[in-house]
Amino acid sequence: MKSLADLEAIRNKTVNKVGLRKENAEETRIVVGTATCGIAAGARPVMQAFVEEIQKRNLSNTFVTQTGCIGVCRLEPIVEVYAPGQEKVTYVKMTPEKAQKVVLDHVVNGKIVEEYTIGKAE
Amino acid sequence: MKELSLNILDITQNSISACATKIIISVEKDTKENLLTVRIEDNGKGMDKEFVKSVTDPFTTTRSTRKVGMGIPLLKMSAEQAGGEFKLNSELGVGTTVTATFKLNHIDRVPLGDVGQTISVLVSCNQQVDFLYVHKSDGEEFKFDTIEIKEILGDVPLNEPDVIMWMQEYIRDGIKSINGGA
Repeated sequence: MKSLADLEAIRNKTVNKVGLRKENAEETRIVVGTATCGIAAGARPVMQAFVEEIQKRNLSNTFVTQTGCIGVCRLEPIVEVYAPGQEKVTYVKMTPEKAQKVVLDHVVNGKIVEEYTIGKAE
Repeated sequence: MKELSLNILDITQNSISACATKIIISVEKDTKENLLTVRIEDNGKGMDKEFVKSVTDPFTTTRSTRKVGMGIPLLKMSAEQAGGEFKLNSELGVGTTVTATFKLNHIDRVPLGDVGQTISVLVSCNQQVDFLYVHKSDGEEFKFDTIEIKEILGDVPLNEPDVIMWMQEYIRDGIKSINGGA
């Protein structure tokens, strides 16, 4: 059973990390399209997989967020990755399994997973 | 949609687009009345009477990427196919309330699904909004209020992965503890 006390423990553990992060501003943003089209196509479990993978690998400065319809509904779930010093990369027809690979290859090792990108799908 | 919690995620985006700062999401299970009620209430900018009339029509939308909006029609369809009703009240400058009811034991009633995941996504991605989630089940009640959560967290943001995972489990446990699975 999770309690509010557990949340306080998370706060105490994390508060220093947050302070350090403010000084080191470069962050990676993973943006998931969660309009009706994205949600119906499975965007929520994809978001979940990203959060779990980031937590598991203890990646600081990497955040998952949402946006509306990206405009190519037939390719949903769509995910955009903004890594520091890189152009935006758009991944399409995402699944939780693909999300794990994107975190490992792209976010951790800096290597774009070409086969999942919109360029390959079109 | 495979889960009502996905409809909740979808419809609540409308509240956020309408600049709401306070959103109350409630789910109520009433076994005696054989009724499940899902309600999303916001203090966003509201809609005028003409727009409210047209809003269950899929060819009405505020989105700019295409000309159809399926969020509300899908929720309405889910409610009606399960012997329930869809209601929408809105007032310009005051806010909007969307209510969907379902016959709890109707064979076509979509399961509620993972509310914990839905709420944690909404909360972590929209930190400027205060969310209250209320789950009632046959007289028992579980509440999750982000004002309280933000007080505990202080400077630690709501999109911290450990915080997101905690919220999910806390909500799932809370719903389970009042036997509110639906």
